Amino acid sequence: MLTPRSIQSSLGFRDKIFSFDYILVFSILILGIISMFAMYSTDGGEFKYHTNSHILRFFIFFGLFFFISLIKVRFWHDQSYVIYFLFFLLLLGVKYFGLTSSGSKRWLDLYFMNLQPSELMKVGLILFLAKYYHRVSIENMNGIMHLFTPIIALIAPVLLVATQPDLGTSILIASGGIVVAWLAGVRIKFFVYCALIFLSLLPVAISFLKPYQKLRILTFLNPERDPLGAGYQIIQSKIAIGSGGLFGKGFLNGSQSYLDYLPEKHTDFIFTLFSEEFGFFGSLFILLLYALIIFRIVNIGNLTRSTFGKLYCYSFATAFFIYVVVNMMMVLGLLPIVGSPLPIMSYGGSSMMAIMFGLGIVMSCKIYKDLPVN
Amino acid sequence: MLNPGSGSTVIKSKLIGRRMFLLTAAKAVVMVGLVGRLISLQINQATKYKSLSDKNRFREWKLAPERGVIKDFFDQELASNEPLYQVHLVPENTKNLNQLFVRLKSILDISDKKISYLKRLINKQKPWEPVIVSDNLNWADFSRINLFLHELNGVEPIVSVARTYPDNSSAHILGYVSQISAKDLKTKKYLKNLSVPGMTVGKTGLERKLDEKIIGKVGFQRYEVNAFGKRIKEIKINKGESGISFKTTLDYEVQKYTNELLKDKAAAVCVMDIYNGDIVSLVSAPTFQPNAFVHGLDKDYWNSLIKDGKKPLTNKAMSGLYPPGSTIKTLVAFSALENKIIKPSDTFRCKGKIELHGEKFHCWEKKGHGIVNLRKGIQRSCDVYFYEISRKLGVDRLSETAKKFGLGKQVLTDFVEERSGIVPNTKWKKKFIGQNWYIGETLHSGIGQGYFQSTPIQLCLMTAQIANGGYKIKPRIIFDKENNGLKNYLDFKLKNPEKLLTTELLIKNFKLKPLFEDKKNIDIIKDAMFSSSNEPGGTSYRHRIENPKFTFAGKTGSSQIKRFTEAQREAEVKQIDLNYKDRDHALFIAFAPYKDPKYAISVVVEHGGSGGSAAAPIAKKVIKKVIERHDLRKEISYAEGDSI
Repeated sequence: MLTPRSIQSSLGFRDKIFSFDYILVFSILILGIISMFAMYSTDGGEFKYHTNSHILRFFIFFGLFFFISLIKVRFWHDQSYVIYFLFFLLLLGVKYFGLTSSGSKRWLDLYFMNLQPSELMKVGLILFLAKYYHRVSIENMNGIMHLFTPIIALIAPVLLVATQPDLGTSILIASGGIVVAWLAGVRIKFFVYCALIFLSLLPVAISFLKPYQKLRILTFLNPERDPLGAGYQIIQSKIAIGSGGLFGKGFLNGSQSYLDYLPEKHTDFIFTLFSEEFGFFGSLFILLLYALIIFRIVNIGNLTRSTFGKLYCYSFATAFFIYVVVNMMMVLGLLPIVGSPLPIMSYGGSSMMAIMFGLGIVMSCKIYKDLPVN
Repeated sequence: MLNPGSGSTVIKSKLIGRRMFLLTAAKAVVMVGLVGRLISLQINQATKYKSLSDKNRFREWKLAPERGVIKDFFDQELASNEPLYQVHLVPENTKNLNQLFVRLKSILDISDKKISYLKRLINKQKPWEPVIVSDNLNWADFSRINLFLHELNGVEPIVSVARTYPDNSSAHILGYVSQISAKDLKTKKYLKNLSVPGMTVGKTGLERKLDEKIIGKVGFQRYEVNAFGKRIKEIKINKGESGISFKTTLDYEVQKYTNELLKDKAAAVCVMDIYNGDIVSLVSAPTFQPNAFVHGLDKDYWNSLIKDGKKPLTNKAMSGLYPPGSTIKTLVAFSALENKIIKPSDTFRCKGKIELHGEKFHCWEKKGHGIVNLRKGIQRSCDVYFYEISRKLGVDRLSETAKKFGLGKQVLTDFVEERSGIVPNTKWKKKFIGQNWYIGETLHSGIGQGYFQSTPIQLCLMTAQIANGGYKIKPRIIFDKENNGLKNYLDFKLKNPEKLLTTELLIKNFKLKPLFEDKKNIDIIKDAMFSSSNEPGGTSYRHRIENPKFTFAGKTGSSQIKRFTEAQREAEVKQIDLNYKDRDHALFIAFAPYKDPKYAISVVVEHGGSGGSAAAPIAKKVIKKVIERHDLRKEISYAEGDSI
């Protein structure tokens, strides 16, 4: 069934369309549609600002996903460093020209939207490292010279994002990078050393944390510490999910969100709202849908011949998994509130853009699975 | 593979695949963990979180119920409810608060102080929580607010109900209501679930006695509220139940009339039906404004009440303790007759004083009354006569009789403010004072001085039980058909005015409880009281009513505040010349009409001087009023099936 490489290098539009992984495409589409209903519910059962702009964004970026899929994976491989540096420049731009909102500087005003480059960097770093490790031979993988570049490439954006300050996103960016390195074959002992160094630096890092960030960690350890203050979000989220029961309260009947008990219901807590209205079975469905998406991405990684493609797909699947799991654990009260959106479901253009961009490259890997990248 | 280093690529791919496999396994574990957490929250703990969610969602506001109404015997409302006009302000519905206050000030009479207080309150509260701008508006102001409502955004006219009393005439017996205090909540169990803003409770009098039943059941409004406490929609409303209404035995007309008579005095009047014990009137003066307590008391008014030496807040008819003075002589004489100490015809010579163990005991008549028998002794209220018989009678036998007639214990039930007074005897003194009884004290007791303490309502009960022929009655203030002691006896008496039954038969047939051994003795006392009021020389002869319809038989009394010094006695100092505070309390007891007694009355005028001059004229007017209204009262009784 393998398409000869010579043909793949000059695929027609129809061939490309036929090469799509439609299970993945439909999974994304279904999740997108579900997210529109959820958004409609957060707006109190009306087509208001959030719903309308979420629908619009989903379709725009879904289009972007197709567009990116159709471009040869070699192009993405070749431009990986450029893309990374572009995103890095945007991050630097945030530092100097960014918009400040509730104490942190995370956005660039692009007039038609507020762009959050840290979200893009999640994909950018994976892309950069996938290319980097693609080029490094297995023998040199653990050479000290080849550790240097990835560490710089990882630390620089993470520090920039952490000082915005946006601890959650910086951790997610870092975790994506670490996954690539680990998959590429960097020795485990190296990670252990890094972890030890990190732990020894932790007290210093904590002293740099903002008071609200320290509070969040303390609150996570004991949410009932201050039920009306910092612990409020976790407690209310657990109440909403728990009160959903087996079948949920029904669409548009989530009293916790409808009566504003739920904080950030459009963004980080969108799963809570869905879970309250559709109960355990609804939540399980969402969970399975995400598992399916991740499975399909991993599957594309298996099919892809190039190291770049494999590394990228596996890493992206793992990062995607981490985003989903971190968000869910957060709203289920298993992790501190760090502020990470649920991919595709949450409101937010930059996150949607980054995820669709990343998925587009995955699909491009699928279409050009047999084509070498260099 | 065609690209250079393809061998290395294969190894690399294998390594990546192996590591990816590990990662996938880890992912599966985490996913299972997430599902486990979902199961724990949404299945195992669903009930707990559902109830927490409802607790979030619903908020209840309690609604104060309407108090039951208290009516008089003629169904006139003595304590009722009136619509209460209030103006509330919801700050969030106002665009410009300052402008609104300027506009409100032009419509209502609000002080700048109040406005700055309200502004401070608004700053403290959530913007949708209403503040009360005016808690008790009159109708004119309220309708003006309604007229200008379109330019007063955020202002809400509210109609509620509050206790109201037609006037001050029954303030003491009705009592008053006021906001629930922390102490109320602690001491009164029935208030446990009744703590509602704006709720009032009975603090004294009937309002307090009946509080538990009259207060009603609290209603509630259940609202769905959002995270900020703002009401989103009403889920359920339960208006609660208004309290039970009560009909009393009081006569509002007599209350008003008596109250007017007692104006400017510190005095008390009690009128009782002698057969069923109905309290027709119970007035204490000076009175106060019960309405002033309903909406938070004005400080100046409160101060003026508690600083007033005439003690307007005390219900003197029930809580005022006065030595019964000469009014007790009726019982002293009766006790002496019952105990066969004397015969009515026995005489003593009164020379104005007697001496006992070197101590002088004066008669109020310095000149003396000469030869005195029982009838004359009561008629003239000769102290010497009663010194003599009480010495023979002894205080213990006297106290036994006095207690039988209701002195020394509370007359009504469940009035916290009612006092029981003191009926002294040798045991009592030993117990409470720790000393032996002196014979001299018996003499003082015989004229109702010394340790004796009684309330006007007790004296009224005593008189009623003499007047009805010596039968025990249970006084009542709440009208109640079932509880009417002498009803059957009275029925019989009314239907067979000619037929005379012997006392034994009467007692047997009508289950009467006689307070006498010999019925004749009661009649002797009644006759003596008649002479005191209606024969020349009697202490209240000046105030008699000759019309037999109203003719009363009474006994005067005065209770000494300060003992007269020998010098004063020599100088024949008159009561009127003394300082107000040093004057005697004036007392008068009576029953009427003499031929066929129906009502008993007691009057106490603090520092009024002598009973004959200060208390008897009041009693005379009240008796007349009560008897004039007797036929009306009887009609109601028949209609209610509660005859007399």
